[in-house]
Amino acid sequence: MMMEETLIPKIGVITDVRQDTPDIKTFRVVTPEGKKAFDHRPGQCAMLSIPGVGEAMFSITSSPTNTEFMEFSIKKCGCVTEWLHQAEVGQQITIRGPYGNPFPVDEVFAGHNMLFVAGGVGLAPLRSVINYCRHYRDRYGKIDIVYGSRSKDDLLDYKEIIDEWMTDAGVNVHLTIDREQEDWDGHVGFVPNYVKELNFDTENKIAVLCGPPIMIKFTLEGLKALGFKETQVYTTLELRMKCGVGKCGRCNVGSKYVCKDGPVFRLDQLDALPDEY
Amino acid sequence: MQKITKNQLLDKAAELLDNGTVTAVLGWQKGEFDYDVTPALFENKEELFANFVWNDFCGANFSKYLIKHTRKVEGKILVFLKPCDTYSFNQLLTEHRFDREKVYAVGIPCEGMADIDKVKAIVGDGISSIDCGEKIKVTTIYADAAVEIDGKDVLEGRCESCKSKKHVAYDELLGEEGDVLDSNRFDEVARLEAMTPDERFAFWQNELSRCIRCNACRDVCPACTCEKCVFGNPKSGVENKSPANSFEEKMFHIIRAFHVAGRCTDCGECSRVCPQNIPLHLLNRKFIKDMNECYGEYQAGAEVGSRAPLVNYTTEDLEPGEVFDRRDTDA
Amino acid sequence: MRKCSLDKLQSVFAAVNEKMPIYLPANGSDGKAVYTKWAEGVELSDSLNTVRSPKDFFFPQTENMMEFKTEGKTIEIIDVRDEKEDFVIFGVRACDVKSFEILDRVFLTDPVDSFYASRREHGIIVAMACTKPSETCFCQTFGIDATEPMGDVSAWKTDKEIFFKANTEKGEAFMKAIEALTEDADTKEVEAQKEATKKILKKLPLAELDTKAFGGGKTSEFFNHPAWAELSESCLGCGTCTFVCPTCQCYDIKDFNTGKGVIRFRCWDSCMYSDFTRMAHGNNRNSQKERFRQRFMHKLVYYPENNEGIFGCVGCGRCLSKCPISMNIVKVMKKIGGETK
Repeated sequence: MMMEETLIPKIGVITDVRQDTPDIKTFRVVTPEGKKAFDHRPGQCAMLSIPGVGEAMFSITSSPTNTEFMEFSIKKCGCVTEWLHQAEVGQQITIRGPYGNPFPVDEVFAGHNMLFVAGGVGLAPLRSVINYCRHYRDRYGKIDIVYGSRSKDDLLDYKEIIDEWMTDAGVNVHLTIDREQEDWDGHVGFVPNYVKELNFDTENKIAVLCGPPIMIKFTLEGLKALGFKETQVYTTLELRMKCGVGKCGRCNVGSKYVCKDGPVFRLDQLDALPDEY
Repeated sequence: MQKITKNQLLDKAAELLDNGTVTAVLGWQKGEFDYDVTPALFENKEELFANFVWNDFCGANFSKYLIKHTRKVEGKILVFLKPCDTYSFNQLLTEHRFDREKVYAVGIPCEGMADIDKVKAIVGDGISSIDCGEKIKVTTIYADAAVEIDGKDVLEGRCESCKSKKHVAYDELLGEEGDVLDSNRFDEVARLEAMTPDERFAFWQNELSRCIRCNACRDVCPACTCEKCVFGNPKSGVENKSPANSFEEKMFHIIRAFHVAGRCTDCGECSRVCPQNIPLHLLNRKFIKDMNECYGEYQAGAEVGSRAPLVNYTTEDLEPGEVFDRRDTDA
Repeated sequence: MRKCSLDKLQSVFAAVNEKMPIYLPANGSDGKAVYTKWAEGVELSDSLNTVRSPKDFFFPQTENMMEFKTEGKTIEIIDVRDEKEDFVIFGVRACDVKSFEILDRVFLTDPVDSFYASRREHGIIVAMACTKPSETCFCQTFGIDATEPMGDVSAWKTDKEIFFKANTEKGEAFMKAIEALTEDADTKEVEAQKEATKKILKKLPLAELDTKAFGGGKTSEFFNHPAWAELSESCLGCGTCTFVCPTCQCYDIKDFNTGKGVIRFRCWDSCMYSDFTRMAHGNNRNSQKERFRQRFMHKLVYYPENNEGIFGCVGCGRCLSKCPISMNIVKVMKKIGGETK
């Protein structure tokens, strides 16, 4: 009997494909037996691959509370993602995981007010933790979600946001788009500015950020101006990965491996790392 | 072994730095031992006088570094070129790879460079000092007395069949100019050609199977100057990592040899740096020999702007069917 | 301790080979030592060490990890791992023996890499004490004793004899295989050899090189050191140092379409390569300076930080003799470590 080998994946079947935005699709994946491939925690990732095309790491966007299937929101930007975007329902792929250090939703976040800030496809990793918090609503205080994208069409999970998140008691969703457009009467402007405008208090609050580096950079400045301490802010990193388990040697920042020690980092942990991400 | 001295080079470099002709000097920097010399850009006289070295282990060809350094350095760079380096220098100019105006080339004579492995084969391991004078004087931690070696006995493989002591490019020449030599460099190729196809296959199979795909041959090669090598591009499907099977193993080197055919000046850097001692230069030399035989003598880099036979159509060019005829008559 | 005369060495190899394959450094067609599977006539090389390190035995340059068959929308994953059999690596130097420990800490920590683990489990290491170290040797810097090479069996070769001492259970198995060819020996000659070698070790040019300046927790001290630019200036960006290094363990996972199916294989990779960290939307190590820094920071700071102070270098000296531009970890340590003292 051979040892268990994490690098050898399982088969996954795509059971649903949702065109979320012009360049982001959300894929639902189960095992051939129709079950969830493995359990995970919010913020963790999985390696998906198409034999002959390649393997890549994606954050699991569905909440662990969903015991039926996993979802991945994937933006078209490389070989693997381009191939996936052409995949139809019923297509098999390979899947392995879960990898990475999750958000400390029970250990740290519980009992706090939550502020989620996301830009573009950056909502994908946060959706898992947002839905986890919504599921265990009574464990968390007030939940604020600031989410922005280039345009209305580029807002990920728009239907879920409108139909579910916005209707939840104690959950405030603040949407914004970069430029004005005809069928949009919501806020217009960049995420970092909107965060400042919304003037959040820092009381017993944890902020979780995910988005493009430029958004993170300016939002962090904004949060600091609002009085957030570094220990109150969490974000995720993304670097090139191959193994997912801290051995292949490419995703390290200093002595930390993003695949194993991350992708979730608290801001003070991140600040202790050399500037190479 | 070298006739020109380190002090002559240093004096020239100091003079050109002092009078403002150049702002930096591309030269050899001394290492931990007396043979582990590193190419370096010296930007002031203090660094130069502290670390510059010239001895029988200064084999590195600086021509390719000019691409990088001329883009970075303000003003002119002084580069020391041995005769064989000047061919690469010209070839790079032919390919418009750096700005000639940003370089001050000083030609220096070369008596051939020494191969440390050959030195060690004579004196053994544990070298504690090497003094390169007329003879190479080596001391080791294992022997009380120094051993004197004649440089000619420990020449680098490429220097044993040196093609030219003549500089084909320079702004200024130090020492005496030499001649283009009647070298025996194609003898080894002829030996391979005399093999049966099976023998030849076995020969290359044995040699290339040692390859660890470190790419040192490519990265040091003055003819390999693509900004993005196809073997370093994940999208190419033939990325530089490692062979997926024994067929691919050979492909890398064969494709590379094809790519530099007509542009390779036969500087021999590929074989010098190969950590696995694969005689890679023989692939390139085979092309050079074939081109000479099929299209007439051509030496890449002999002059700037020359058109290599493979990219230059003339009505004299042979038809495919004539290849063997012509080669037979020439041979 | 057991011993036998050197005339019997071929019989020793033959006796071991009866039980399991045995690999030893033998001179290849280029005259350089390379680990070679013993067969009649294969002689132990006199070279100090092999150009390629023995890491290949546990972490080969290329290995197939699995295969896929795809048909329509379905995929079949074929586990190609096979049960490994015992084998002997004979003549491993102390530095390389230590390198296995460094690799173990990567591949055998959870989740265990089964490809590495199965080979490691079946490999019996017969380590050979050094008697004539090279000027490029600096194993002492990392606390390695070249005269006491450990491994499953330690061996000492004198002019006429070879001595063996088992250190592990696996080593006992090796000793058993050669029992009939060996006889009991006292340690006198071995001790004398050790003393003589130790005197030589003290005379090595790099004998004084130390690691004091380096170790875990030094990232901020060295990361922005101005000397990285100068040290990396002439680096070709090739992978020679990485691939001859016994402790470099970075790898890539790639797919290869054979036309009949897809092989997913793993191969050595190098942090010196420009595409090592490149992603579709950027590269966090864009210049050779950053890639060069990564390699040395990993060995001198990051690895010790994650591994109780153990450095990711064993001082074998391969990079010293093989780097095309003669830039290496010793020069880095002296330049960067020296200046901060």
